[in-house]
Amino acid sequence: MIQAGLETKNELTPPLWLLAELTYRCPLQCPYCSNPLEIAKYQNELTTEDWIRVMQQARKMGATQLGFSGGEPLVRPDLETLIQEARRLGYYTNLITSGVGMDEARVKRFKEAGLDHIQISFQASDEELNNFLGGTKTFQHKKEMARIVKEYEYPMVLNIVIHRKNIDQIRDILEMTVELNADYVELASTQYYGWSRVNVDQLLPTREQLANAEIVAKEYQEKMKGKSRIIYVIPDYFENRPKPCMNGWGSIFLTIAPDGTALPCHEAGQLPIEFPNVKDFSIADIWHDSPGFNHFRGFGWMKEPCRSCDEKEKDFGGCRCQAFMMTGDAANADPVCDKSAHHQALLEDIARIAELAEQESHHKVGEKPLVFRNMKNSKKITKEAEKTVTV
Amino acid sequence: MNISPSDIPEVAPTFRVQWEAVQNCYVVLYPEGMVKLSTSAGEIMKRVDGQTAVDAIIKDLETAFLEDDLESDVIKFLEVAYDTGWIRNKK
Repeated sequence: MIQAGLETKNELTPPLWLLAELTYRCPLQCPYCSNPLEIAKYQNELTTEDWIRVMQQARKMGATQLGFSGGEPLVRPDLETLIQEARRLGYYTNLITSGVGMDEARVKRFKEAGLDHIQISFQASDEELNNFLGGTKTFQHKKEMARIVKEYEYPMVLNIVIHRKNIDQIRDILEMTVELNADYVELASTQYYGWSRVNVDQLLPTREQLANAEIVAKEYQEKMKGKSRIIYVIPDYFENRPKPCMNGWGSIFLTIAPDGTALPCHEAGQLPIEFPNVKDFSIADIWHDSPGFNHFRGFGWMKEPCRSCDEKEKDFGGCRCQAFMMTGDAANADPVCDKSAHHQALLEDIARIAELAEQESHHKVGEKPLVFRNMKNSKKITKEAEKTVTV
Repeated sequence: MNISPSDIPEVAPTFRVQWEAVQNCYVVLYPEGMVKLSTSAGEIMKRVDGQTAVDAIIKDLETAFLEDDLESDVIKFLEVAYDTGWIRNKK
């Protein structure tokens, strides 16, 4: 067993995916945002030079995919410079954006800088709901940007986060992606971290909604074969086995938060683990030697039922953040797994939310308001959390 | 896809092919993904430059690898590459 563990360590693979969260500033306020609740604390963003150094070091190790993300990456005025450098280094460069802050001139400059791909997020297929969820009037602008992206021959990925408020519109959403000529469509079921965890009671779909949505998604997958690739994954809360989160801790993904904190995934900052900062260490040191990145590598950290499970090499025990959020211990099995002692509690929570949704739909109870993702709410939530800790 | 010897394939604008030293192989890159190419697939794809016709690609490979019967293998691979959208005919 020990030998097998050592072998795993020697075969440490390079980071292939570098996710650069350039900023947590964003003109939208989506209540399911995957950013941390503490966004207001990230005032000191890395400089252009910092980012260039990070990109050079990760590329040297073998990273090929680079995602410029946020917040809204368009907020950074040095985005063109970063794209140009990334492309020069040989990255495949992905811009993950809401499209707000973009215009044709900027799309053209990105093309000249060598940007490979633009992914635009939509909140819904109808203007009212889209603008409500995003907290701003952006719908028409997004559609216009999608047209321009196609005009400049970028591959276009449209990403729509799916939840209880928009899942019944899935046919209209897919029709919109057909109309906009998307090359790829990601119907991304909300994952319940960060802001969406706060809003889970209002966002989690019911089993009935999921079943209907799946039928429609399959219909369009068939219909659009060869023209558009439609990816639809149901929320893992409804599965019996966990997702192989990040393809294993510290095996492929490297996320850099706006302040330079290096993370094995963009949610990991919430774990009670110390993570290194790129201002203090090189990417090679971080990837190979930091305690944070080695914490859940291999299988030695596992507890039962994972430790003796014959599926552990397939799913790595699931998501560490989910285990931490639901059980208080990040080394436990992800409660999505029905072998977990905490799985029953998850099922009960889903049933409770389904009951709530049922009552809402018959107007027996008023809808709880959504907590929108903005700096004001971030400060409020952070302050309340700190109060709880000190009491 | 019926490939004719005079077709001139090019890498589609939504894909990129490049040599990766760390992986020690050619790769096809696309939004948020990467496919590693085998040695022979890499040798074919690096000759897809939007200027060279299919028959010339085959001839070049046969010369480079001292073989004289690569045609069916190359065509088979190119068919897959056309079908997955990696390459298209130069207009």
